[in-house]
Amino acid sequence: MGSEAIRVGRGIAELRADFPILSRRIGDFPLAYLDNAATSQKPRAVVEATSRFYSRSNANVHRAIHALGEEATAAFEEARAKVGRFIGAEKDSEIVFTRGATESINLVAASWGCAELLPGDAILLTEMEHHSDIVPWQMVAARRGCRILVARLEADGSLDLSRIEREWDPGTRIVAVAQASNVLGTVNDVKAITSIAHERGALVLVDAAQSVPHFAVDVRDLDCDFLAFSGHKAYGPTGIGVLYGKERLLEAMPPWMGGGDMIRSVAFEGSTWNDLPWKFEAGTPNVAGAVGLGAAIDYVEGIGMDAIGEREEALSDCALERLGEVEGLVLYGTAPRRCPVFSFNLGRIHAHDLAQYLDRDGIAVRAGHHCAQPLMRRLGIPAAVRASFAFYNTEEEIDRLVGSLAEAARFYG
Amino acid sequence: MSDFDELYQEVILDHYRRPRGAARLDHVPDSAILENPTCGDSIKVEVSLSPDGFFLGARFEAKGCAISTASASLMTLAVADHSLEEVRAIAWSFIRALRGDDPVEALDGMGDLAAFKGVVRFPVRVKCATLAWHALLEALPPA
Repeated sequence: MGSEAIRVGRGIAELRADFPILSRRIGDFPLAYLDNAATSQKPRAVVEATSRFYSRSNANVHRAIHALGEEATAAFEEARAKVGRFIGAEKDSEIVFTRGATESINLVAASWGCAELLPGDAILLTEMEHHSDIVPWQMVAARRGCRILVARLEADGSLDLSRIEREWDPGTRIVAVAQASNVLGTVNDVKAITSIAHERGALVLVDAAQSVPHFAVDVRDLDCDFLAFSGHKAYGPTGIGVLYGKERLLEAMPPWMGGGDMIRSVAFEGSTWNDLPWKFEAGTPNVAGAVGLGAAIDYVEGIGMDAIGEREEALSDCALERLGEVEGLVLYGTAPRRCPVFSFNLGRIHAHDLAQYLDRDGIAVRAGHHCAQPLMRRLGIPAAVRASFAFYNTEEEIDRLVGSLAEAARFYG
Repeated sequence: MSDFDELYQEVILDHYRRPRGAARLDHVPDSAILENPTCGDSIKVEVSLSPDGFFLGARFEAKGCAISTASASLMTLAVADHSLEEVRAIAWSFIRALRGDDPVEALDGMGDLAAFKGVVRFPVRVKCATLAWHALLEALPPA
């Protein structure tokens, strides 16, 4: 299947030209960037929006009575409105800017968790969670005397909803679940999980770090209570992330970090808190990051999330087929619904050696435990290589990956 | 030679494919396992001492990459026939050269260990190359 067969409105070569870094060479080879689940590359529009902000409008937000301060504040709040519209939030005040998905989850665990969880309560996770959706819960569980429950996965890496029901116990107060796995590529039926949890009076936090880059996510359709994602995995800058929370929940939650901007008034006798969402945004925020994220949203909406999804599905089909032809390759995660993330090992070759060999050929992949050690333990492996795709990747890059894998098998023999 | 070829020199590949000094160490407690958290490598090192406390040799059991396996293998050869004090000195010389505390040329006087000179250009892999040596130092009796 040639790349011409799958078009995203504009041709793939034209789309790739939007990303300056994709024309780089690594040694003697053109870069094949297959580490998108770690961080995506940035289109020129994002780089330029950030640069334009610093060159023309930089000022602190919500403070200055001068033209730049007003421009910066408007740009920051406009970015918030874009995020809100992008994920279908009812109100912009439900969008809190953070450093990334990790900080977003920590915010909920620390603020909601410490205020609402009681000794004996339980937090339900799944075996596929990233460390960022495990450790914050362990920290709050230790402070509040709570338990961590874990829903097991099926052999193909899918999450059967009956596992959630089986693990459930009357103390379960929140389910924290990835919408898409950063290792297995599995896409979970979050909407069904939300309905199970709500029937039983519990909340749902969705870790959308790996789903937002790949398909349209609508918080009102999912009916989730919280949703976290990172800008940098969705074509935006690093250091900017999002926490969505239902307004009534965020209203009731205490602030988690104190400082400037999050207060209404401060006195040594006591302080009062700002309105949503600023109550959760202590200190000068990453204004340029938010502006860059806004530009990333404009960029992907220009292509269309549906078109991105279709293109990536075609790439996924191609990768699945071609990786299946590599002798000795074991793929982890073959769930029916998946995003373009493929973790594997090849024979007895250690993941780091394999990744180093691919790097020699200009192919960037990730090797290691992917911040999912409990999942690695479940799979019975110390590490895996992960090739993760974005819409700008090509079938030719998949050919190169498969070719290098076969050569690596001979090299390490 | 490319950086990659510097890293995976023939002597390293040879010791990776046929590690010397590798053994099943089920009898060594798991508390002796040293891990490299970035890649999930793990290694156990067992040191043999004579009844009067002389160093007799080291063996290892490892799950790891070519660099860490070859390093463990070459380590067991490099420390053989040395006194406890010399073993500690060799281990620290190797670790210091790889960490960049000492010039990498220090490895030139260490026989086959010179093959690890190429590792310093890959900071992430320095941990792989030094894991066995840290495990060795921990397995030695206190100085």
